[in-house]
This record gives sequence, C-alpha cells and structure tokens, in this order.
Amino acid sequence: MSLARDIVTIAAVSAGAFFFLAGTVGLLRFPDTLTRLHALTKADNLGLGLVVLGLLPQAGSLRDGLKLVSIWLLGLLAGATVSQLIARTARRRETAR
Amino acid sequence: MTDFLTLALGFILAMLALGLVSILRGPEDTDRMMAAQLIGTGGIAALLLLGTVTGVPAAIDVALTLALLATFASIAFVKKGLSSLDADGTGALEEK
Amino acid sequence: MSIATLFEIVLVAVMLGLGIWTITVRETYSAAVGFIAYGLLVALIWVRLDAVDVALTEAAIGGGLSGVLLLGAAARLRGAEPRAATAPGKATRAAAAAVSVLTAAALATAVLLLPDSVPTLAPTVVANAWATSLANPVTNVLMAFRAMDTMLEKVVLLLAIIGVWSLASDNAWGGRPGPRHQADPQGILVFLARLLPPIGIVIGIYIFWTGANHPGGAFQGGAILASMWLLAVMAGLTDMPPVSSRWLRFVLVAGPGLFLLVGIFGLWLGPGFLAYPRTLAKPLILGIEVAMVLTIAATLGLLLAGAPERSVRR
Repeated sequence: MSLARDIVTIAAVSAGAFFFLAGTVGLLRFPDTLTRLHALTKADNLGLGLVVLGLLPQAGSLRDGLKLVSIWLLGLLAGATVSQLIARTARRRETAR
Repeated sequence: MTDFLTLALGFILAMLALGLVSILRGPEDTDRMMAAQLIGTGGIAALLLLGTVTGVPAAIDVALTLALLATFASIAFVKKGLSSLDADGTGALEEK
Repeated sequence: MSIATLFEIVLVAVMLGLGIWTITVRETYSAAVGFIAYGLLVALIWVRLDAVDVALTEAAIGGGLSGVLLLGAAARLRGAEPRAATAPGKATRAAAAAVSVLTAAALATAVLLLPDSVPTLAPTVVANAWATSLANPVTNVLMAFRAMDTMLEKVVLLLAIIGVWSLASDNAWGGRPGPRHQADPQGILVFLARLLPPIGIVIGIYIFWTGANHPGGAFQGGAILASMWLLAVMAGLTDMPPVSSRWLRFVLVAGPGLFLLVGIFGLWLGPGFLAYPRTLAKPLILGIEVAMVLTIAATLGLLLAGAPERSVRR
C-alpha cells in the first residue's frame, strides 16, 4: 500500500516538474507576450496540479488533502482570470502604438 | 522519497528562477505583470514540496495565503500598470 | 554535499539574485514588482527555518500588501519620474551602499557567532502554555506574555492611519480615499472580484481562528481580509467609505480599545494591567483577537487606499 502511494507520488511529481520545465522553456523561447503568457498559465498550472496530485497520497489527513485540492483550484481560477487581464493590457498597448 | 521530493523541489525552484530571469529581463511592463502569476504557481508548488520534505504541515496554510495574495498582487500589477493609457484606476479596464 | 544543501544553495542564489535585481533596476514599477516577488518567495525561507507564523506574515504583509503600497506610489510617480535631475549623487549612493553592507555584515557576524547552546526562552514559553490553554507558542507570546507590546503595536497602526489621512488636501478632508474604480460589469475583473472575496474571507477567518493552536493569528487573517476588501474596491464593486464615517472610525479603534479595556479590567481585578484571570484567559484573548482582526483589516485596507482624494459633499 505504501509502495503504491510512493509510486503515485514519484510519477505525479515528476510529471509536474516536467510541465514546469515546459512552461519555463516556453517562457524563455516564445517570441511575444501573448504566447509567453500562454506557456506560463497553462503549463505551470498543470504542473501545479500534478504536484498537488502527487502530494495527496502523502497528506496526513482528509482536511490536508482538501486544502491541497482547493489550493490548486484557487491557482486555476487566478490563472484563468489574470491571464485574460494581462493579455488585454498587452493587446491595448500594441494597438496604442 | 524525501530525497526525491527535495530534488523535485530544487528543480522547480530553478525553473522558477529561470522564469523570473526571463520575465524581469523583458522590455515591457506587461512582462513584469506575469511575475506574480509565475510565483503564484511555481512558488506554491515549491512551498508544498518544502512542507512535505521538512515535515511542516502548516506550510499548506502558507501556500493558501500565497495563492490569495499572489492573485491580489497580479490584479494590482495590471491595474497600476495601465497608466500609460489611463490614469491609475479611473479608466475602464476592459471594453465590450 | 547532500541534496538538501544543494536545494538551500539554489534558494539562496535565487533570493540574492532577485534582491540585487530589485535594487539595481531603473524603473520604479519594475522594482516594486521585484519587491513583491522577493517578499512572496522569502516565505519559502521562513518555512525552511520552521518559522511558519513569520512565513504567513511575510506572504501576507511583507510580500503582498506592502508591495502593493509601493506599487501605488510607483504608479503615482510615473508621470513625473525624474532621471538625472534629482537623482541622488554618486557619493550619497556610495554611502548608502556602505551603510547597508556594514549592517548586513554586522547581522551576519552576530548570527554566526551565536554560542552553540543559544540562550533562548522558547522552552519556557512552551512549558507555560497551560496558563492560556492555547497551543501555539507564538500566539501565547503575542497575546499573553507580551500582550503590552501587541496592544501598543495596534496603537501604532492607528497613528499611521491618522498620519496618512492628514495628507488630504483641504477640500478632500474627511472624504473618500483613492479614485473611483470602475470596470466592465460583465467583465473578468468583476467576475473574479465576485468569486474570490467570499473564498478569501473564509480563508482569512480560518487562518485567524487556527492561530490559537497552529501557526496563524489575527494579523495574518486581517491582512487576507484587507486584500479581499481591496480587490472588491479595485473592481468597482464597492467604494471606499469616507474617512469621516462614524462606524469606520469605530472599527479602527475597536481593536486597541478592547485591548485597553481588558487591560484595565485586569488592573481592577487584582494582579496587574493586562493580567488575565485564569479561567477567563482563553475567551478574553479570543475576544480581543476578533476585535483586532476587524481593526487590522480596516487599517491595512485604508493604508493602501491612501489619503482622501474625493470630497464628500454635504
């Protein structure tokens, strides 16, 4: 049982770290603000979700597990809304030029 | 397990640092606005891993606080960064 | 070299790099962003040092709120950002750098030269937790053993607010702080400002309430509540109340006022100022903390909103 939990943790956290890598590579290599924003919000949020998934088996209690999931949901909400706002700001600056 | 998690933690932190370098070197203010979003995801992941590695369960509460405050900071960045187009806050942020 | 040490080196390198960038960058807006990023990430270091209460305060106030305060100042300075004309001269900057480096070196030496068995009162604090039946030693120190300091800190907050309000121009005296924000009512900012504050309020109250036995407390909870209030204001969903309103001033005074009342109550009952009677210790402390949460939330929100700018026509 504990071995299964450890395997899930290692697999999920590794996948999460990979998506963080993907997000950072996108951030470094994409040419303009909108594409970099895309890399940042989508890939990093997925990475966070996988890390949370990996830490769920290690959580001490149900309450901790619920807190972990709600942290991820908050991150999703923030990412979805803030990326829209930043994108509109970037677009308005482009058209203002 | 702890060693693996510490390795993942260090890796994610390094990714965060690289992301910060890219964001802070960008020419525009809109690049900086992404900084709070980057920390909101990468920093929280690092914090959760750190809490598990060092055996501090209350780190989850810090991550919760960080999530809220990073969102608030992102909104503030966008609102206060607009002043080349309109004065801070008095213009409409979005158009229909 | 273990993996843990490697991680710590990475963490320190990131923080140092970020700090140096924040100091040397030219635009004030970028520096404010760097300051907030730095503040949010220092919470990692505090958790590593097992000081979770400090991490919470750093994330909430050091990173979030005071960073946004600097951001507001940067935004106001934007139009009139002078470059060469009034920038401090080389000698001033060199002197500032020298003082900072010397202070940092002195602190580092003091920490590194600590004796192996560091003289500390922590075990005594933990051993005396029976006095208030609260399990969090930090809360015990703040609310019971050094309650006087905490009460005076709340008075300092009150003085800060009075100082900020006194910056209002004559015709805005007693008016509403900050500009009137507006946003598209069908838009995303309003959506977020409707969805997030209820969640944030629950989290803020939770962080405050759990401070009795786990890391947390009134200050951190109040900071979270203040940020949710400011979010609603920034989206135009609600407006800052005029600073002359009675109920606002009552809320601002409620925290230190209740603290003072309980202190005098202790003086009247016997042992001394702010001495809690044994059986009433926990309810009294929690009662004071409830008042303090409201006061701190209102004070921090008003501090970030700034001096009154719009007059209230009568």
